[in-house]
Amino acid sequence: MTGPAAAVVPADTATFNYKVVRQFAIMTIVWGVAGMSVGVVIAAQLLWPDLTYGIPWLSYGRLRPLHTNAVIFAFGGCGLIGTSYYVVQRTCQARLFGGPLAGLTFWGWTAVIVLAVITLPLGYTSSKEYAELEWPIDILIAIVWVAYAIVFFGTIAKRRTPHIYVANWFYGAFILTIALLHIVNSAEVPVSFWPMKSYSAYAGVQDAMVQWWYGHNAVGFFLTAGFLGMMYYFVPKQAGRPVYSYRLSIVHFWALIFTYMWAGPHHLHYTALPDWTQSIGMLFSLILLAPSWGGMINGMMTMSGAWHKLRDDPILKFLIVSLSFYGMSTFEGPMMSIKTVNALSHYTDWTIGHVHSGALGWVAFITIGSMYYVIPRLFGRAEMWSTRLITLHFWIATIGVVLYIASMWIAGVMQGLMWRATNPDGTLTYAFVESVKATYPFYAIRLTGGVLFLAGMLVMAWNVFRTVSLGKPVEARIPSLAGPAPAAA
Amino acid sequence: MSDFVSNGWAFYVAIVTLLSIAGCAALLYSLGRMRVAHKAGERVETTGHVWDGDLAELNHPLPRWWMWLFYATIAFALGYLVLYPGLGKLPGLLGWTSGNAYVGEVDAFDAKIAPRYARYLAMDVKDVARDAEARAMGERLFLNYCAQCHGSDAGGSKGFPNLRDSDWLYGGEPERIRETIANGRNGIMPAFGAALGDEGVRDVAAYVRSLSGLPADDVRAHAGKKVFMQNCAACHGVDAKGNRDIGAPNLTDRVWLYGSTEAAILETIRNGRGEASAVTRMPAHKDRLDAGKIQLLTAYVWGLSNVR
Repeated sequence: MTGPAAAVVPADTATFNYKVVRQFAIMTIVWGVAGMSVGVVIAAQLLWPDLTYGIPWLSYGRLRPLHTNAVIFAFGGCGLIGTSYYVVQRTCQARLFGGPLAGLTFWGWTAVIVLAVITLPLGYTSSKEYAELEWPIDILIAIVWVAYAIVFFGTIAKRRTPHIYVANWFYGAFILTIALLHIVNSAEVPVSFWPMKSYSAYAGVQDAMVQWWYGHNAVGFFLTAGFLGMMYYFVPKQAGRPVYSYRLSIVHFWALIFTYMWAGPHHLHYTALPDWTQSIGMLFSLILLAPSWGGMINGMMTMSGAWHKLRDDPILKFLIVSLSFYGMSTFEGPMMSIKTVNALSHYTDWTIGHVHSGALGWVAFITIGSMYYVIPRLFGRAEMWSTRLITLHFWIATIGVVLYIASMWIAGVMQGLMWRATNPDGTLTYAFVESVKATYPFYAIRLTGGVLFLAGMLVMAWNVFRTVSLGKPVEARIPSLAGPAPAAA
Repeated sequence: MSDFVSNGWAFYVAIVTLLSIAGCAALLYSLGRMRVAHKAGERVETTGHVWDGDLAELNHPLPRWWMWLFYATIAFALGYLVLYPGLGKLPGLLGWTSGNAYVGEVDAFDAKIAPRYARYLAMDVKDVARDAEARAMGERLFLNYCAQCHGSDAGGSKGFPNLRDSDWLYGGEPERIRETIANGRNGIMPAFGAALGDEGVRDVAAYVRSLSGLPADDVRAHAGKKVFMQNCAACHGVDAKGNRDIGAPNLTDRVWLYGSTEAAILETIRNGRGEASAVTRMPAHKDRLDAGKIQLLTAYVWGLSNVR
């Protein structure tokens, strides 16, 4: 790639900061394997409840938040921060703003994850879903996140391109909103530093509403907007085609980030939440369908004229299949927000299936594809060590996702129907435990799907290890604005 | 916040909601209207911006089906807000509330199942208990409403009476059982630790064990009898056979609600039972179950000990 450039160590201002991208990229793989392993353990616990019986820090209730935090904030977070640093530099033709601040965000974020890995199994929790970490860690997250925002928006501000690329809109919305969500939802009254304990600043139904305003926007901005930013860079890059429609980008971007803000109440249908709030949550969730699909259309249609590349490019396969799962789960979401559908689906494993069609099919697939694109470029290689292993990873992972979500759909609908079934005398047809028993075969299928998905990640880890061993870290030169861009890494 | 407190909030919420939906429509209209040069056969140009060497954007118009899908969801939202509550405190034309909907569904369901219960209400409980279909219904009701505490086999567990053993705290006649189900039972064993002192507690525990032939220290049991007569006989009776009016258990029959070990009995005497926790009390069901269901449950529970 950049043989001569890499030989001469260029001045800091003349190169991109790839070091921090490399750090985040490698940890994306590490946390991916770790977080999914915990997922496999808790899936196994549902099948064999006695698996870790009597060991409190390996109990389901403590490992489940560890799994969700590890895959969302460690795997997903490192993938998002790493690629956003890569994308913002390359599309702004400017080195990351803030000098050592970018490196600090890496070590700060890593510290947050390590603290989560320690405190969650020990049982420290604020008991807010997807926001379980206790108050000292919440403060650290807020500091790291603000530093991240300074680096990202500072880079945008010093860009040498006249326009801001669409991927950066989405990354920017993700960064701003996560700061807002985290700070508002984690507002809490500390009781003691050690043992760490705090109480939420809100009470009762307000607390529930703030929590699910946060919870659903964590889906909307962490798991959707951020990864759409990833999509808008890596899909056109890997396909070698221009983005389908600038106009569509504008409409779906503004509609998406605006509408998501309203959708949270659909997590609280048929609760003490007032009727009007439930109605609004449902309606904006439905309005959200088209804006969500806008991103899928823009990504899919970018393939126009390049569909043949799908045949032998497994990276493109990952990226395009991720868009299919994205489209599927953003259709499913609005449907599940309809109150009558929700009456059946709520509290069942259908929700788990829905979440994983988004988390595995969309979030993990787009991240995996992007990592396969970016990692060789960070280490001065033209491509990954083995393309065949990428293909293998693709098929193992795809089968894994399909087994996972199909089993949870069936289990969820079955549970919903069993719970509401009544005898002619008005009594319930099934005791709760009968629905648990009926779910066992599907827990087994889900575990199989999870094991396959994890196996795919291990294949990836091996492939990445070989690629990194063969390559060496490069600091790519920032291409000059005048004249054609050199073929820098 | 069953609702915001002032009407000002309700207006504010309603206006923000409508403006938000209108905003989505306006955004869509302004960008959907412009068709750019895209007549048949004409090439769509990029916007002219280039990033990172080769990233460019075409400027296709919005796909029509997508645009109409977006408009359709907006139209649906507006229609729904007219019919259902959603705009601040405005109730919606249908007058629907989740509370009314719930009550309506429950009433309709109760009306549907009522005939099945009516015929058993007219029958004597003992006859109901001997009716096979009624027994099946009773069992299902029991599994729905009672099994959580008394067990799916009605065998009970610590603190929750066994309902199959012909031993009754409050009496096993149908009317007593009905009363227990309908009104609940609040019997408690008071704590005697402070009143009796450690020696007194140990003595009386030995006496209680001796009553049902369990091994006990003779000296303590002898001393305990005196303590029992002074402190316990008022409820449990001088013969220790209990008092069904107040639910004081028979202590001579080898049936133990909280266990017969010395430790369990010491705990019972020292700290009492049921005082601190409502969990161990039988809740009243008359507001939850109608007369028909209580009739069938009474028959079922009575039948457990009396119908073979």
